[in-house]
Amino acid sequence: MKTKFLSWVLGAAVSAVAATAASAGTLDDIKQKGFVQCGVSQGLPGFSNPDSNNNWTGMDVDFCRAVAAAIFNDPQKVKFSPLNSKERFTALQSGEVDVLSRNTTWTMSRDTSLGLKFAGTMYYDGQGFMVKSSLGVDSALKLDGATVCTATGTTTELNLADYFKANNMKYQVVAIEDANELVKAYDEGRCDIFTTDQSGLYAERLKMKNPAEHVILPEIISKEPLGPVVRQGDDAWFNVVKWTYYALLTAEEFGITSANVDEIKTKNSGADGNPEIKRILGIANEDGSAAGFGTGIGLSEDWVVSIVKGVGNYGEIFERNVGAGTDLKIARGKNALWNNGGLQYAPPIR
Amino acid sequence: MTATVDASGHVKVAFWNNPKVRSIAFQILLVLILAVLFYEIVVNTTNNLKSRNIASGWEFLNRTAGFDIIQPPIDYSSASNYGRALLVGFTNTIILSIFGIFFATILGFTMGVARLSRNWLISRIGTLYVEIFRNVPLLFWIFFFYSAILQPLPGPKQALNFMDGVFLSNRGLMMPRPVFGEGAWIALAGLLIGIAATIAIARWSKARQLATGQMFPVLRTALALIIGLPLLGFIAAGFPLTWDVPEIKGFNFAGGLQIIPEFIAMLVALSVYTGTFIAEAVRAGIQAISHGQTEASYALGLRPGKALRLVVIPQAMRVIIPPLTSTYLSLTKNSSLSIAIGFPDLVATGGTVLNQTGQAIEIVGVWMAVYLSLSLLTSLLMNWFNARMKLVER
Repeated sequence: MKTKFLSWVLGAAVSAVAATAASAGTLDDIKQKGFVQCGVSQGLPGFSNPDSNNNWTGMDVDFCRAVAAAIFNDPQKVKFSPLNSKERFTALQSGEVDVLSRNTTWTMSRDTSLGLKFAGTMYYDGQGFMVKSSLGVDSALKLDGATVCTATGTTTELNLADYFKANNMKYQVVAIEDANELVKAYDEGRCDIFTTDQSGLYAERLKMKNPAEHVILPEIISKEPLGPVVRQGDDAWFNVVKWTYYALLTAEEFGITSANVDEIKTKNSGADGNPEIKRILGIANEDGSAAGFGTGIGLSEDWVVSIVKGVGNYGEIFERNVGAGTDLKIARGKNALWNNGGLQYAPPIR
Repeated sequence: MTATVDASGHVKVAFWNNPKVRSIAFQILLVLILAVLFYEIVVNTTNNLKSRNIASGWEFLNRTAGFDIIQPPIDYSSASNYGRALLVGFTNTIILSIFGIFFATILGFTMGVARLSRNWLISRIGTLYVEIFRNVPLLFWIFFFYSAILQPLPGPKQALNFMDGVFLSNRGLMMPRPVFGEGAWIALAGLLIGIAATIAIARWSKARQLATGQMFPVLRTALALIIGLPLLGFIAAGFPLTWDVPEIKGFNFAGGLQIIPEFIAMLVALSVYTGTFIAEAVRAGIQAISHGQTEASYALGLRPGKALRLVVIPQAMRVIIPPLTSTYLSLTKNSSLSIAIGFPDLVATGGTVLNQTGQAIEIVGVWMAVYLSLSLLTSLLMNWFNARMKLVER
């Protein structure tokens, strides 16, 4: 009887989860409730980090704001759910969040077996190592026998095992779930090395008691494309999220910024306006017909204008959160646009 | 409703009004409803998972895990499969629970008896212990002891060295590990014979004491047998024992026996926290025995220690054991808090597997089934123990 009760409770829990997801389209639900529920990290400077007034900032946060701006023309209509690396997929699968924008690596197994879809790569990253400078290590290949701190349930944990195995080195892993406990354990000397995505290393280093005591090793041991994720099976919502990302890139490519978007819009409003800009900004043709595609995906025609006014283009988001003017001082590198030698590339809006 | 009285005077009621038939029918109906509901839930869940492209089933247990676990108690590497990873977590849970129960029991009994001591200082120490450790959440104690190990202790290169080969650092406690060579089985055989002989002697001396009243120094004989026989075995085999001493090699210690700080923190936190509940159960049990029992045993000439051990505690046990069972159960379940500081118990490794595979239902099912069976097993053992300790009336 006891085992039957167990399965019963388990089954009931699962059915309840399943029931919540079986509703109308996500976009309609969001329009009805009036905000986007966005899954973010528990605090990673530059990507998703709450300040002392509980205002969230960071690239991942700004992406959610861009989605909110595209839907509601108001980047503030978004609520954030801080999730640890273990909870994140379950929270998305169960419908607790509408979009997961939480420095999450796009991998084949996640894309195919979790019932999820990655909408793009907000940030091209790779896994690196941080060590105390007092250890005098200058290469990851000299880490034989070290103790490594890492977050559980991440691709980091898997790459780590592969890397040490491939280089025939031994190590001990201390895997802690909570991001803050993990950083604390490393800072208190439980481990010799801390490993995560390199952008994360720069961010976490700021949290150390004495950031100058830690160096980040040059080796990058993996590809970590980080991007927003949605549930599989709702293509309309997937399109909104995917094209919000492309809109950010396209706006940068055409030099449309939060400062000049209105100006560009008026300049191209006449019959002699650039047809490409007209399509992007959703400026109606002379005969009043729609030039853009915003209404086609359930948004307004001037959705790109709303996004850029709300959060700026991709370049603005990057510089504001992680760029040269911030504590992180990360160069654009692989995250530059394709025509500047980077990997960020958006299909044309036409 | 039709009721007739038959020849023998029984009231005859209609078939559907027969209480026996009714109760059976209703129970069958209930079971059927439950079965349909259960079936519906399983089918519904499977369909929902399939329609949302979420993988399900148990095939994932055979796939390569790809992640490492610190100090696996059984053979494990990143090339092992998910099933093996879960087994590592399960073994760690068992080890932690058994050690936790052992130390919590010793601590609890000592402190429970101490609280009743007539010595002011000792009884106050008992009270202080119980009140401090019982009234702060366990999770806080876990973080506290974890920080208490990591913060003040030096790194491995500056490790504190107590005696030859024993080092304490923020990487844990390092000790020499005994390595048994050829012929060590003779010593092991000596140990087994010693234990068997001790049991036999204890029985014989009890029977003799009941018959003649004469006492036999069982404790001393037992110690001599259990330590002496293996020692003799060793000597006979020519000391086939070497020590694997930990040494600094690169970043950390290599070799030897390492006890990681996560395990120490969990063990200490679980033991002191659970020990308080055991202490209270022991105190309640002793106080439940009427004072007349103690006085009677003093009148018979027993000294206080013996009166406690031979008269009071055996009777108190039947009051102590039931709450002791629940304490053991909660210790086992509380060991799942290991995840907070990264000790790889079943919940921690299961969580990693869950995240890598996304198969939440299966993993949560495993968790629930394991903790349920562990709890039932503990209850079973304790109930058997309780039955043995029951007051036998003559």
